[in-house]
Amino acid sequence: MSALVIRDLRKRFGTTDVLKGIDLDIDSGDFTVLVGPSGCGKSTLLNIIAGLETATSGEIEIGGRVVTAVPPKDRDIAMVFQTYALYPSMTVRQNITFGMECRNVPKAQQAEALERVAKLLQIEPLLARKPAQLSGGQRQRVAMGRALVRDPKLFLFDEPLSNLDAKLRVEMRMEIKQLHARIGASIVYVTHDQIEAMTMATRIAVMNQGEVQQFADPDTVYNRPANLFVARFMGAPPMNTIPATLEGEGDRPVVVIGAGEHVVRLPAPPSIGREWLGKSVIVGIRPECIAEPTRLFGSSTAAGLTITAPVEMTEPTGAETIVVLRLGGQKVLGRVAPDIRLANGALATFAVDTRKLCLFDPQTERLIA
Amino acid sequence: MREQSGFAGPPSVGRAVVYAVVILLAAGYLVPMVVVVLNSLRTAEEIAQTSMIGWPKVWAFQNYTAAWSDFCIAQTCSGIRPYMLNSALVTLPATVFSTLLGAVAGYAISLWRFRGDSWIFALVTLGVFLPEQMRLIPWTIVLRDVGLTNTLSGLVMIHTIQGLSFTTLFCRNYYVAIPQDLMKAARIDGAGFFRIFHRIVMPLSPPILIVTVIWQFTHIWNEFLYGVTFTTGTQQPVTAALIALSASVADVPQYGVQSAAVVVAAVPTLLVYLFGGRYFVRGLTAGAVK
Ligand SMILES: Nc1ncnc2c1ncn2[C@@H]1O[C@H](COP(=O)(O)OP(=O)(O)OP(=O)(O)O)[C@@H](O)[C@H]1O
Ligand SMILES: [Mg+2]
Repeated sequence: MSALVIRDLRKRFGTTDVLKGIDLDIDSGDFTVLVGPSGCGKSTLLNIIAGLETATSGEIEIGGRVVTAVPPKDRDIAMVFQTYALYPSMTVRQNITFGMECRNVPKAQQAEALERVAKLLQIEPLLARKPAQLSGGQRQRVAMGRALVRDPKLFLFDEPLSNLDAKLRVEMRMEIKQLHARIGASIVYVTHDQIEAMTMATRIAVMNQGEVQQFADPDTVYNRPANLFVARFMGAPPMNTIPATLEGEGDRPVVVIGAGEHVVRLPAPPSIGREWLGKSVIVGIRPECIAEPTRLFGSSTAAGLTITAPVEMTEPTGAETIVVLRLGGQKVLGRVAPDIRLANGALATFAVDTRKLCLFDPQTERLIA
Repeated sequence: MREQSGFAGPPSVGRAVVYAVVILLAAGYLVPMVVVVLNSLRTAEEIAQTSMIGWPKVWAFQNYTAAWSDFCIAQTCSGIRPYMLNSALVTLPATVFSTLLGAVAGYAISLWRFRGDSWIFALVTLGVFLPEQMRLIPWTIVLRDVGLTNTLSGLVMIHTIQGLSFTTLFCRNYYVAIPQDLMKAARIDGAGFFRIFHRIVMPLSPPILIVTVIWQFTHIWNEFLYGVTFTTGTQQPVTAALIALSASVADVPQYGVQSAAVVVAAVPTLLVYLFGGRYFVRGLTAGAVK
């Protein structure tokens, strides 16, 4: 069953179109992450789903019921805010039970729900405190508790981790993921952090400028980005996107990057249509597909294709070393093992994983193979 | 401390000059009050024989009992006690009503955005800048039409409505600092307009409520023009009655008793200042959410 269906949703503020026809169908139990750059309309979309803002046009269904005209409190949703939005004058206990108080839930039932959530999130010792007496991480937990206590059809999270320091963010990320696995709730989670999207989501909706660019599972979004925007947005460092031409060599199409002495030829994905032969394309290649020559990709046991290219710069990160190299005259990033030292300006050999090449139409920027 | 004083010369000299200037200004400012307080403790004969300024030869505490309960104002010899009561009966309800209504209005304008909210806010605060005398005739008509001419209730109504301009302005400026996310969370939790006001906004409000209460109390208590214009005789607040008191003195000028009456009439606002002044300054600079 669908937990949430959005049909042709549009939102205009004055003369600016913030959402330009959003269509999403989210299955029950899915952890859907809305990811996109700042200002692309993620919060606006979430607020409209919550009923806190009205759409200019379009329809929303939550749990099979059209809620376009239903006020937030009756939509059977819970929301966690980036700022946590804890009520400053109430204790943690009151913060968590306020929603039930507004709904006239009997006291005994309130206490029961409170206990369940406090145990789940391990915030029992904090119940008597005020929000001002909590650390950032604790506030975050309480905000989650306020949402969890409701047991709604749909959870909405608006960048709930972006105010935490890096270490705590990673911890909470895992915790939320485990929590989702345990309670099996339907979640729509907004972030502009593509790592959060990749690690937590069962489905990712990549947004840009008020439009959904791709809506798919993390693997597909990462390996088969629907267009150049998704290719360049997901991944750190992002996918290399290089102008090239497609040539036919016998029956095997070949991607040709650069010309003259710098030319690099890579086997094109077999799925590419013949009509592209002889045309310009943009080839997408993930940095991890360019590695030191001894690397074996996937399950292959024999060394694959290697190329020789000049090294421009290296950036050791500890776990690996990022290499800036010139591929057919184009600047490209590769990722090699951390113990490999390459001299700037010198030629080096790299293994290339060509199984995951993506090709894009330079005009429409869409994935073509 | 010394490093922070910022004077080039030897600190003691610079500081002495500053102190001298400040004390002089303060003294100048306090002279009228001192004269009134001293006169309130001198007999009328003593003031008549010597001058308006002087140290009491005998402490005439009876001036206060006379001013409070016996002195004649416009043919009524009851002292200022009934007029003090009138002032209290006008000031207290008007302060409470205008503060509460201003808080609700400020809350609605700042946290519930609706069409035309900024226009309403602009109109309401325009009242802050309209001169009092401009509003006299409209109020006369209103009082006549609602049948509250020459009543304390009429004054309560006027001060409540007039006070709304200030209280709405104060509260709105305070409440805009409350994050919208808080409102969103409360709406999802199922709280409505008044529940959010009562459970979330009010608990954050003491600093600004103290400011508006002090402001309203002082203004309404000291207000004079509406008092003399719209009420007569036994319905007057004390500020208006004091004028009648000085005007009614035909035979011997009763400066001692009059001074005592003035001092007594000023006591409530002085008390508010003494006990609330601190909170007033603090509340004006406080934020709604730390
Ligand atoms: N009330 C409003 N009036 C006018 N424009 C608005 C309003 N609210 C949002 N916008 C505009 O809509 C666009 C989308 O805003 P939104 O807050 O949804 O972005 P976002 O994707 O959540 O960004 P971020 O990652 O920075 O939170 C922005 O360009 C913003 O300026
Ligand atoms: Mg946002």
